[in-house]
Amino acid sequence: MSGFRTLLYKEVLRFWKVSFQTVAAPVITALLYLLIFSHVLDSHVQINGVRYTAFLIPGLVMMSVLQNAFANSSSSLIQSKVTGSVVFVLLPPISYVEFFLAYMVAAMLRGLMVGVGVLAVTGWFAPLGFFVAPAWILVFAVSGGSIMGSLGMIAGIWADKFDQLAGFQNFLIMPLTMLSGVFYSIHSLPIFWQRVSHFNPVFYMIDGFRYGFFGVSDVSPGASLAVVALSFLVVALTTLALLRSGYKLRY
Amino acid sequence: MGVAISIRQVVKDFGSLRALDGVSLEIAEGEFFGLLGPNGAGKTTLISCLAGLVRPNSGSLSVMGCDVLADYREARRRLGVVPQELVFDPFFSVRETLRIQSGYFGLRNNDDWIDEILENLDLTAKADTNMRRLSGGMKRRVLVAQALVHKPPVIVLDEPTAGVDVELRQGLWHFVQRLNREGHTVILTTHYLEEAEALCNRIAMLKQGRIVALDTTSNLLARFSGHTLNLRLVNGEELPDSLRSRATQNNGMWVFRLTGFDEIEGVLAEIRLAGCVIEDLRLSQTDLEDVFVGVMQGVDFIQGGEAR
Repeated sequence: MSGFRTLLYKEVLRFWKVSFQTVAAPVITALLYLLIFSHVLDSHVQINGVRYTAFLIPGLVMMSVLQNAFANSSSSLIQSKVTGSVVFVLLPPISYVEFFLAYMVAAMLRGLMVGVGVLAVTGWFAPLGFFVAPAWILVFAVSGGSIMGSLGMIAGIWADKFDQLAGFQNFLIMPLTMLSGVFYSIHSLPIFWQRVSHFNPVFYMIDGFRYGFFGVSDVSPGASLAVVALSFLVVALTTLALLRSGYKLRY
Repeated sequence: MGVAISIRQVVKDFGSLRALDGVSLEIAEGEFFGLLGPNGAGKTTLISCLAGLVRPNSGSLSVMGCDVLADYREARRRLGVVPQELVFDPFFSVRETLRIQSGYFGLRNNDDWIDEILENLDLTAKADTNMRRLSGGMKRRVLVAQALVHKPPVIVLDEPTAGVDVELRQGLWHFVQRLNREGHTVILTTHYLEEAEALCNRIAMLKQGRIVALDTTSNLLARFSGHTLNLRLVNGEELPDSLRSRATQNNGMWVFRLTGFDEIEGVLAEIRLAGCVIEDLRLSQTDLEDVFVGVMQGVDFIQGGEAR
């Protein structure tokens, strides 16, 4: 597993060397969301008996975990494909499983790092109360980050150019994460959109994660975990199949 | 000596293009082998098949007896490839790059060997410089270093001296020749024929995905024995018909292969009789370029040297 270890180290070192962009910047973005939305809504809205700012914080944390996990593996792969430096990881004796695990775990770690950062700067703005069920928090953060890290690999392998990757990000990842109940409880939606939201796997990641903070959620955390586990399986197996076939990596 | 590289009936199609058309080749341990051919002949595709970057449609390849697909881990451990493109990872310094590359091959604490490679490639002063800040020549050296971190018994250099200054080229060859003397098998693709002539003891020529010549360098040169007469006629005139079949064309010059100097007289006489005027005339020793041009134009001098 030395290939895995080194590749993981390299991937973590890669984002850490530019942590100003890869960790600090998304933390600032999340902080801006919080400042604006809590300014407008905090005194008017309560969700599930929780003040709006407190409700929003776990959502922002999880959204940052997910978006950054996706960004890490996808941008690393597309960059090394476009510059050609991907040969350095294709020439050595690294199995496709090691390859998969290294990129996924590195992406998940970046997601967690950003998530911890967002929590650290936003946690001051509301009494979270909180950490009712820390195990759920960890389980959903890790599995959500892994799913998005894996999905980022698919996007990075599939895309030949940066604008194709941007399309994947803007037209799939952004809507899935923004419309997943980060900013609202889906119970506030018309019944049709509530139903639609139930088809969005990201909704279950956010909802389960939030349960860990407040002990209340739209769906039971067990059901959310089942959906998340199934999503992980589908995405991970797809990624493994792509890597195994050498799709767009080994011709 | 054992077999370092074995390539059997390899076919590779890219869409409707047949890049490799049944290539078979064996390279013995310790050889300094040259792979020549024009652009698009399939040299890089063949090397990529060997490295596992390209999967052949049919046929098989092995490195030191290890199949590159079935036993890819062992095969890749035994192979070091210097890619043709000047690629680098902009996030890391030279030393970081080499340490990471070592780790991929399961080598930790590889610093002694890394230092030795850096020293030999004149990179010691740049060890802690970020890759992004190196000149093209320096990046090329790091590519060579990366291919050597795991001390592979077989080293493949895919046009390593393209766009590299003379000093580096000589330094590089010096180092590679030393590795070859120490027992490493070296495979080189190059456009610089004089390089192949000076370095390689055996040469294969590829054309449109097929091996069209395969022999020791000295045999190839000998087969094209003696001298060549190169001449150009005024205003680019055509040769008289009687001579046309004996000559090949290269850069606007007509090239005659001579087995003895007495043939010159006959050639000149025919030209005079045909009323042509010679603008330029040179007599030269055969070099690999003549062989190469001849092979690529389909002149048959592969007597007995058929690809195995």
